[in-house]
Amino acid sequence: MIINHPLMGPRDRQEFTYLGDACLIDRPDWQGGNAMDQFFEYVYLRDDPAGTHRELWYHEHGDRSWLVVTRNTVTHEITNVELASDVARKQGRSK
Amino acid sequence: MTQSNRLNGGLINRGKPLNFNFDGRAYQGYEGDTLASALMANGVRFLGRSFKYHRPRGIFTAGSEEPNALVELRSGARQEPNTRATVAELYEGLVACSQNYKGSLRYDLLALNDLFSDILSAGFYYKTFMWPAAFWEKVYEPIIRSAAGLGRLSGEDDPDEYEKGFLHCDLLVIGGGPAGLMASLTAGRAGANVILADEDCRFGGRLNVEQEDVGGKPAVEWVEQAVAELTAMDNVRLMPRSTAMGAFDHGIYGVVERVQDHLHTPVEGKPRQTLWRVYSKRAILCAGATERPIVFPDNDRPGVMLAGSMRAYANRWAATPARMVAVFTNNDDGHRTAVDLMAKGVDVTVIVDARLDAPTLTGVRLISGAHVIGTKGRHGLSSIRVRQADGREETLACGALGVSGGWNPNVHLTCHQGGRPVWNESIAAFVPGQNIPVGMSVAGAAKGLFSTEDALRSGAEEAVAALESLGIAASALKLPRAVNSAYNLQPLYHVPHGKGRAWLDLQNDVTVKDVKLAHQENYRSVEHLKRYTTLGMGTDQGKTANVNALAIMAELTGKSIPETGTTIFRPPYTPVVLGTIGGRTVGKHFHPTRETPTDKWAREHNAPFDTAGDWMRARWFPQPGETHWRQSADREACNVRKNVGICDVTTLGKIDVQGADAASFLNRVYANGFAKLAVGKVRYGIMLREDGACYDDGTAARLAEEHFVITTTTANAGAVLRNMEFARQCLWPDMDVQLISTTEAWAQYAIAGPKSRELLQRIVDSEFDISNEAFPFMACDSVTLCGGLRARLFRISFSGELAYELAVPTRYGDALWRRMLELGQDLGVAPYGLEALDIMRIEKGHPTGRELDGRATALMLGMGRMVSRKKDSIGSTLDQREGLTDPNGLRLVGLKPVNQSEVITAGSQLVNETAPVHIDSEQGHVTSACISPHLGHSIGMAFLKGGDQRMGEIIRVVDPVRGTDVKVQVISTHFFDPEGGRLRA
Amino acid sequence: MNYSGLRVIREAFNGQRGWKPAWRNPEPKPNYDIIVIGGGGHGLATAHYLATKYGEKCIAVVEKGWIGSGNAGRNTTIVRGDYTLPPNTRFYDHSVGLWESMERELNFNVMHSQRGVLFLHHNDAERDDHYRKTNIMRMQGTDGEILGPEKLRKMYPSMNFDGRFPITGAYLHRRGGTARHDAVVWGYARSADRRGVDILQNCKVTGFRIEQGKVLGIETTRGFIGANKVGVSVAGNTSRVMDMAGIRTPIESHILQAFVSEGLKPIIPGQVNYGAGHFYISQSDKGGLVLGGDLDQYNSCAQRGNLPVFESVIEAAVTLFPMLSRARLLRAWGGLQDMSMDGHAVIDETPIKGLYLNGGWCYGGFKATPAAGECFAHLLSTEQPHELAKPYRLDRFRTGYLLDEKGQGPNPNRQ
Repeated sequence: MIINHPLMGPRDRQEFTYLGDACLIDRPDWQGGNAMDQFFEYVYLRDDPAGTHRELWYHEHGDRSWLVVTRNTVTHEITNVELASDVARKQGRSK
Repeated sequence: MTQSNRLNGGLINRGKPLNFNFDGRAYQGYEGDTLASALMANGVRFLGRSFKYHRPRGIFTAGSEEPNALVELRSGARQEPNTRATVAELYEGLVACSQNYKGSLRYDLLALNDLFSDILSAGFYYKTFMWPAAFWEKVYEPIIRSAAGLGRLSGEDDPDEYEKGFLHCDLLVIGGGPAGLMASLTAGRAGANVILADEDCRFGGRLNVEQEDVGGKPAVEWVEQAVAELTAMDNVRLMPRSTAMGAFDHGIYGVVERVQDHLHTPVEGKPRQTLWRVYSKRAILCAGATERPIVFPDNDRPGVMLAGSMRAYANRWAATPARMVAVFTNNDDGHRTAVDLMAKGVDVTVIVDARLDAPTLTGVRLISGAHVIGTKGRHGLSSIRVRQADGREETLACGALGVSGGWNPNVHLTCHQGGRPVWNESIAAFVPGQNIPVGMSVAGAAKGLFSTEDALRSGAEEAVAALESLGIAASALKLPRAVNSAYNLQPLYHVPHGKGRAWLDLQNDVTVKDVKLAHQENYRSVEHLKRYTTLGMGTDQGKTANVNALAIMAELTGKSIPETGTTIFRPPYTPVVLGTIGGRTVGKHFHPTRETPTDKWAREHNAPFDTAGDWMRARWFPQPGETHWRQSADREACNVRKNVGICDVTTLGKIDVQGADAASFLNRVYANGFAKLAVGKVRYGIMLREDGACYDDGTAARLAEEHFVITTTTANAGAVLRNMEFARQCLWPDMDVQLISTTEAWAQYAIAGPKSRELLQRIVDSEFDISNEAFPFMACDSVTLCGGLRARLFRISFSGELAYELAVPTRYGDALWRRMLELGQDLGVAPYGLEALDIMRIEKGHPTGRELDGRATALMLGMGRMVSRKKDSIGSTLDQREGLTDPNGLRLVGLKPVNQSEVITAGSQLVNETAPVHIDSEQGHVTSACISPHLGHSIGMAFLKGGDQRMGEIIRVVDPVRGTDVKVQVISTHFFDPEGGRLRA
Repeated sequence: MNYSGLRVIREAFNGQRGWKPAWRNPEPKPNYDIIVIGGGGHGLATAHYLATKYGEKCIAVVEKGWIGSGNAGRNTTIVRGDYTLPPNTRFYDHSVGLWESMERELNFNVMHSQRGVLFLHHNDAERDDHYRKTNIMRMQGTDGEILGPEKLRKMYPSMNFDGRFPITGAYLHRRGGTARHDAVVWGYARSADRRGVDILQNCKVTGFRIEQGKVLGIETTRGFIGANKVGVSVAGNTSRVMDMAGIRTPIESHILQAFVSEGLKPIIPGQVNYGAGHFYISQSDKGGLVLGGDLDQYNSCAQRGNLPVFESVIEAAVTLFPMLSRARLLRAWGGLQDMSMDGHAVIDETPIKGLYLNGGWCYGGFKATPAAGECFAHLLSTEQPHELAKPYRLDRFRTGYLLDEKGQGPNPNRQ
């Protein structure tokens, strides 16, 4: 597979390490109301679709950036690649 | 030599005769022959035995789809079983043997199997061999296994080398027949970067085997000119002998190049084969088509072959399977075989054409509306039995029969990504479906366009379209005049008359009767049919059998062929040598080797090494006279506690953390507090996974307000950096903090023991005060050594002694190590390795990866209080789940034997004092153990259920595998110097 | 009809006319007591046990394609009971025991061959882990022993002991081995069918009918079928099917590649696992070498993998057995593996009454076939977890009573 890195261009999949669903960006608030339940869902439950999947890849053998890749899990077609830090900020994550 | 079946002409070089040996007999052929064509020319018809019934087998095809002519090529270490003689290029001194028989090829004892074929029918082994129960493994299976398999490996190491390469192109053209050549010319002239790969040793495809003209000249000449033009183009890479074996995601193709297989011995230093990873923007599959036979009773005798292959042998290789041949066909293409063989002086007895309205041919007898319904000749065809439409039968003598049931487009690569082919009624064959790999298109016969004219046009058109989609302008080439021969196929898959078994899969011995039996027993889906009968599971993957079989199943179930479907096509397109896929990443190069700065010194001193991931670490440093590892390790450990020892700890991960938010960032990734760590101080830290398990520990040193250096375990260095980058980029992207790995940038040594300060004072430059007051336990600083060499000094201790870790840039590591050994001689300095390191850390109860097993939480490790509840940090919410805080859960404890002479071993299990040795009594396990030279007895660290509440209790350490059962007492893990006074000296 | 050697000989003289269909093609009834979704090894074993041990009478197995088309028809055929954590040790050892009696129970030769499973180690830490494992196996009452290099060299003279990661020893589990995967599916199918279970192929579930938190039946491509209880046993597709019931699971779908070579005369007698890279090899009774390794490591439902893993598996094969270098690989395929968040299965009820789940089998599905079938049947019939299945409850992820042999935590692609 080839991942089109937003800064470095197309790179072979072997340069990357996969983590999983990009929902891992939305880490719950430890002081939130039912933090234990929220953390349980965050860590353990997954949509795991057969189709479009937003997922996290780490450019371990490259520039060490985390990327959010939009890929179809049936065809493996990749339609979007973004820097995870950009996505995180868009989703309201900061300090 | 004889070569009784050699014809004139062909693309062989009679100026270069080649001597070869088959089954112990000497023969001669010519350059350009394959092993099969040369054997055929020499009159050899009987080459092997089928898998199950050991029936005689002869050459069936002229290509890689060959099911029968499998030989053991070469001998000794280079022996290759199951080699298709049809694609093995002949070379001087070639040696090959037939395979799969007991006794001799001619008198194979296992041919007796055939007598029992009714018993040995499809799936019989599922219905028997069940009694008596013990016999399956002791009797039946060994017999089945020894009879199974076809060829034999030599058992020796492979002397050849293999290579892997990477290629990039705009357009990959797979197949260099008329379609592929036109596509390549079109794209090449347009300036695109083109790779043209063909599995054959020469380009041209079927143009090399047909008697036809292209562009007004013989096809072979047109091919030569096309290849010459392509060779001259810098933007075109020609790859003959290269099989595109798999279509992978995103335009990546695996192409196997047989670099030196056509030579007797590969040239040393060059690879035998190369696996190319081709990154293409577009690809055109021009893989042609493979003929299928018509199935009839006794159709498996040597001499029965595909009609298109028969004329390929005559036209390209100037060989005929017999001097008197016949043809059985259901389409016009089969006639060409008769015409071409007659032109070469071979007698064609008859063309048996199944079509009632078959066109006639001059010079040869043609019976229309007729079927071949039987054959005779055990080790080679001698006659065929023909039945006409009105029922009349006759026997006709012939030594070979060319059968044409139609052509199957080679759609395989279009299906490697899950697509299915679709049935095309007009040619009665499967053609590529809609769902083919992105970026791929198909041209020529692979698409179902069988005539040369169509193939040429199709190749050019697809190339234009492919390039246009890339924004490269390409003009359609003027097409050369070419033949548009008729096909006129009338589907006939199997003949309904005649006695005897009709064979579908020639290699695995699957017959029409087997398909009927599968149907009868309800194994009706094509996949069940395949798996139940093993049809299509041989080395040829059923290339000449599958369509006929599913057509028969369709007939039996009353479904259409498209409704019946096909089995899935998978890579590799043809079998690939394992060595080629291994390349150079085998043996000692299977993984990279990471060496520490003291590696050279350690080897000079005969240290044995351990693998720690990809690192090599010295285990101990033997002194003369030491014969047992404990002599060395105990000496080293005692020397540390008495004098001073040095140990290479470079492999532990080091991460440099900088930025205004560095401290608060570390506060989030460590479970314990770091926000208020003072500059010039080091602190031990534990890192949790988000699910609460403690997955790593290390130290964080604050060298400046905004600068930390943290350490990790050796094994988890990569994972820690990865997780920290995740937190930095994905969780808290606005924190001002940067990370970089410095594991390999700094050589790092532990310097430990009562005299360690003294030793350090001899290398640390005098302006740095490292007295106990100025540089207390857990201090850190940047210093210089030996007159200005920059270094970092950390006063941390894994051994429990007064100790430091000293880091210098790696390139000075070896020199510093030797300098310390020199300068500290009078202090008794000695190196210590992994074993001594482990002894001492066990004596202090420090957990390592043996305890940080990925399941243990801080609480289980006895460090529950280190997890701060006053801040957010990774893992600090879920580690409070009931299952992880269960008071009866595992807790890390120390163990010492009640009888001090007994030994506790790691990997043992724990049970209560009087409990039986049974899984239901299991109370935990021993993670680490050693015989402590300082305490004089064995000690162990273990996880024990509810262990923190069981101090002083007597339990047992049991090891059924090693036969030990030892009473132990549960104690603290701080076995040695529990107050830690030695650390603070 | 009974299968036996005598019958095979009789039918040989009878033109094979007497053989009956191994299972029927019934029309779906409007209602069943219990429907098992998934016609793989587990689903069919469940049906077999429901019909035999648990005496259930009105059962259907619903399969979207042909039976055994999922992972049952794609795995590397290994059967073994070597696990370190006691709940797993118990469960898989029980499974091995059921494998040993499977042929008699099903009257179908599944070619279960206990030729021994070997797991190599390359340093002391791995060796200690192997002692821990074999010790708990012996305490369970099954076999397990540690071998040093000398004994290993005798067993496998062609193994390379001095490659990149020298082999320092191994554990041997003699009761481990292989079986013919398709035969297991067919054996259970035939047995279940004989006892009245309706096996409905080409019947894909498109939804559940759920009212007031209770399942009423399933919507399929062959119409609605009512049921009192529904068991989902579709490992590989668990997430998609459970999504139809509105349930999210701790499972990710991953691709596991496997490979087979051309048929060769016998060279690998047992099943060998390499410690230094996730790689294993055995040789089938037809002579092909069966090879496998790690996941491709990204979510996928494509049932096919890419070159990096393809290459790393073969690199390990040639490193471990250099003499294999000249053999040829014949076919590469992929399975769709339910990877769970702790590496182990879920056999449990769900929040929806009457709906039960058997999934998340990771690498351990095929060898678990009979025990999973028995446990799931127990659950479906009695509505209580089987003793051996209690550790595999769904809520363990919430409560923290996880299994996790590999210690990789909630990272399915590393489990």
